[in-house]
Amino acid sequence: MGRRERLAQMQSGAEGLQSLPALLHRNVTQFGDAPAYREKEFGIWQCWTWAEAAKEIRAIALGFLEIGVEKGDHIAVIGRNRPAHYWSMVAAQMVGAVPVPLYQDSVAEEMTYVMEHCGAKYVVCGDQEQVDKVIEIQEKVHQIKHILYTDKRGMRKYDHSQMNALEDIKAEGTAGHARFDAELDKRISEITYDDTCVMLYTSGTTGKPKGVVLSNRNVIESAKNSAEFDHLTRNEDILSYLPMAWVGDFIFSIGQAYWCGFCVNCPESADTMMTDLREIGPTYFFAPPRVFETQLTNVMIRMEDAGKLKQRMFHHFMAHAKKVGGLLLDGKPVGFGDRLKYALGNLLVYGPLKDTLGYGRFRVGYTAGEAIGPEIFDFYRSLGINLKQLYGQTEATVFITVQPDGEVRADTVGVPAPDVELKIDDKGEIHYRSPGVFVEYYNNPDSTASTKDAEGWVATGDAGFIEESSGHLRIIDRAKDVGKMADGSMFAPKYVENKLKFYPDILEVVLFGNGKDRCVAFINIDLTAVGNWAERNNVAYASYQELAGHPRVLETIRSHVEEVNKSVAADEMLSGCQVHRFVVLHKELDADDGEMTRTRKVRRGFVEEKFQDIIDALYDGSSSVSTTTEVTYEDGRKGSISATLQIVDAPVVAVARHKVAAE
Amino acid sequence: MLDNSEGYVTEDGRKIGGVVMEMKNITLRFGGVVAIKDISFDIREGEIRAIIGPNGAGKSSMLNVISGFYVPQEGEVWFHGSKRPPMRPFEVAQQGIARTFQNIALFEGMSVLDNVMTGRLAYMKTNILQQALWKGKAEAEETENREAVEKIIDFLEIQHIRKTPVSRLPYGLKKRVELARALAAEPKLLLLDEPMAGMNVEEKEDMSRFILDVNDEFGTTIALIEHDMGVVMDLSDRVVVMDYGKKIGDGTPDEVRNNQEVIDAYLGVSHD
Repeated sequence: MGRRERLAQMQSGAEGLQSLPALLHRNVTQFGDAPAYREKEFGIWQCWTWAEAAKEIRAIALGFLEIGVEKGDHIAVIGRNRPAHYWSMVAAQMVGAVPVPLYQDSVAEEMTYVMEHCGAKYVVCGDQEQVDKVIEIQEKVHQIKHILYTDKRGMRKYDHSQMNALEDIKAEGTAGHARFDAELDKRISEITYDDTCVMLYTSGTTGKPKGVVLSNRNVIESAKNSAEFDHLTRNEDILSYLPMAWVGDFIFSIGQAYWCGFCVNCPESADTMMTDLREIGPTYFFAPPRVFETQLTNVMIRMEDAGKLKQRMFHHFMAHAKKVGGLLLDGKPVGFGDRLKYALGNLLVYGPLKDTLGYGRFRVGYTAGEAIGPEIFDFYRSLGINLKQLYGQTEATVFITVQPDGEVRADTVGVPAPDVELKIDDKGEIHYRSPGVFVEYYNNPDSTASTKDAEGWVATGDAGFIEESSGHLRIIDRAKDVGKMADGSMFAPKYVENKLKFYPDILEVVLFGNGKDRCVAFINIDLTAVGNWAERNNVAYASYQELAGHPRVLETIRSHVEEVNKSVAADEMLSGCQVHRFVVLHKELDADDGEMTRTRKVRRGFVEEKFQDIIDALYDGSSSVSTTTEVTYEDGRKGSISATLQIVDAPVVAVARHKVAAE
Repeated sequence: MLDNSEGYVTEDGRKIGGVVMEMKNITLRFGGVVAIKDISFDIREGEIRAIIGPNGAGKSSMLNVISGFYVPQEGEVWFHGSKRPPMRPFEVAQQGIARTFQNIALFEGMSVLDNVMTGRLAYMKTNILQQALWKGKAEAEETENREAVEKIIDFLEIQHIRKTPVSRLPYGLKKRVELARALAAEPKLLLLDEPMAGMNVEEKEDMSRFILDVNDEFGTTIALIEHDMGVVMDLSDRVVVMDYGKKIGDGTPDEVRNNQEVIDAYLGVSHD
């Protein structure tokens, strides 16, 4: 960041930038001509400057007044990442309402609970599909006063007595601005630092979703601290493609974007994300490990199709990158010859590869949410891509710990973020306190009290420890998932699951064994990777189910499990967690079936209950199990699939049992 | 029933206009084989009109008569109130009729975008030299047409394959690209020859939705041939049923479904 820009930020901070509308105003005044939003539509990147975006947002806010939005009302926003949806959220804040972004792939049933809980009277929908859902919900909740939608397609025939295109209320609001201007300005001026900025529902691996209330203070302080930590400027470009209902997207695409004044780019559709990523070439990027895994898998698949010369060049230079790439990125000393070779590699391999991936301009980026495989992490870092890890929660407004430049490792999640205090209690659970700590769970004082204590410390529910030598935090597992085996040794499922998931063939793993004498596992294959393998090896299959049950696939997975068992056996504390038997499931675990959260975390308890018959078979020694499973289709209809699953025994390494307690 | 009225309103509230195309006593012969025997029916503005029938009933021949590819030996084709003389295919296209094919007929080596652009041919006025030089008029013309094509790409949700060569696409997507190309011509009458053939349930659902959306959004009159009875009954406003070159039924899906002759043709007649 240039000195002048930094100064500008500090000065305006002193002037009291205490809300998104205030930040918007500053951005328009200081660099109104700079790009604020881009969206690819009709094959072209459409662009809005800060001044233009501010105009759009004000128009929406006027429209909100026109349809009668009151202070304190909740406005739900359901749709994919589009400028209009981000604008609606800021416009909601302008009129003193609370924006509540929801996961657009939730089925109506799930959404009903959330809508009813927050009492949203207004809903902004992305398209007809979402409108249909909201109409279905309205039949149960009878609270929605007005539905707005951004995409007009297919909407002509609907009863519009309580419905409008967002475009139309924008036009109406603008036309009637003389009537609403004074009221709007009054409402903007009344916003305080401790007013609610946004309400986000946590998907929750257990129980009903909870509405996390974040204040302007939470959002702006967190955005400010994290932007300073990574020296983010208004010259960054980000690609906003992660669900808008997720706290990370709100902080990156609104919090930090408004604080720093950088440009938010929205993809054309979910399917074009990879192409759009390449076209934009973000400088600041966030992705869950899954995205990086998929990209790496694709690179490897495509390299296998490449010519011999290219293959040799790729492998030769990647080996070199593995040796020195990470060191160079960390600013560690590297010999002149190695530097020269790396530069050549950059010219021939790394540069073009980064361009293809869309990381040509990548300055800093994070992965979080799940553990990332060390090989995958190192692959990107060795290419000179400054990928780091952070650990966060919705309740913390994302940031708890982050990895500083030069201290990046695959197995830690970094040091406490600026202004964050950290402590580990005697049970090993991580607690934190920061300016980002949420205000409350909406209408749920009991949960608020059990999560946040009087001094503002929040329990994360994760077990971990701080590494003495480096001061970095290491996460072991969800505190409630860590258990004990029958013989008293520690059971930490995540640890084993992650090791297995690092194989490209394996998409998801669920390990069982709490209170038992040995561990068993469910495995989901990765259809892309295994499908590609099947194609190469002339293995014919008609369905996911058939491929998952193919003897050669089972054999491959068995060899992976065997390798993991060896590595788990080497860990004194966790050697009891070796996988004795496993099944490859006949269906992918899916959020629509309640087996995962919308952020794709396995709901362990639910899965255990749902597939109890398979677990029993895994423990009683039978060689196969027949089962019928209910599945939910995307449109909410239900059906069922039945299958006979082969149970596979995996070789384990015998170890002298150490009785190490979970503490 | 509807023959003399100016139009009608469908169950879901769409207004169907007057007659766009009328087939009068069409008979089509290939040598000694009679493919179509004395068939008459009409297509009204804004409706989805289906032609169904068992294999070899003469459905595709009928579609080819509508599209002007076959000229019937007997009978007349009336389009927009005037009798249509025998025409060459491009003249039919200029009249605002576009079609898709049962066996996909795309340019396999070209990208999706280029394929759809070919649907705009009738709107391109510059000559090959101007286009090669890429100056002034040609450039403006391409920009204008590209915009129209992009709207269709967006409409049919094929943005992610815009630059992909057609040969690399799965069957279901190729069918969608064909529809895109036909739509690019901004037809008044769209002919679909078995749009769902060879598709799985999910692809059929998608295609049905697109056909309904096209009709709804652009008001395009659609005539389609389809094997899948379920799809036809759900989609269309009126259905013509053919068997052995003859028309054996004509009416709304419900009327046709209860027509004894139609039931016999599809399920066979008992001989006891």
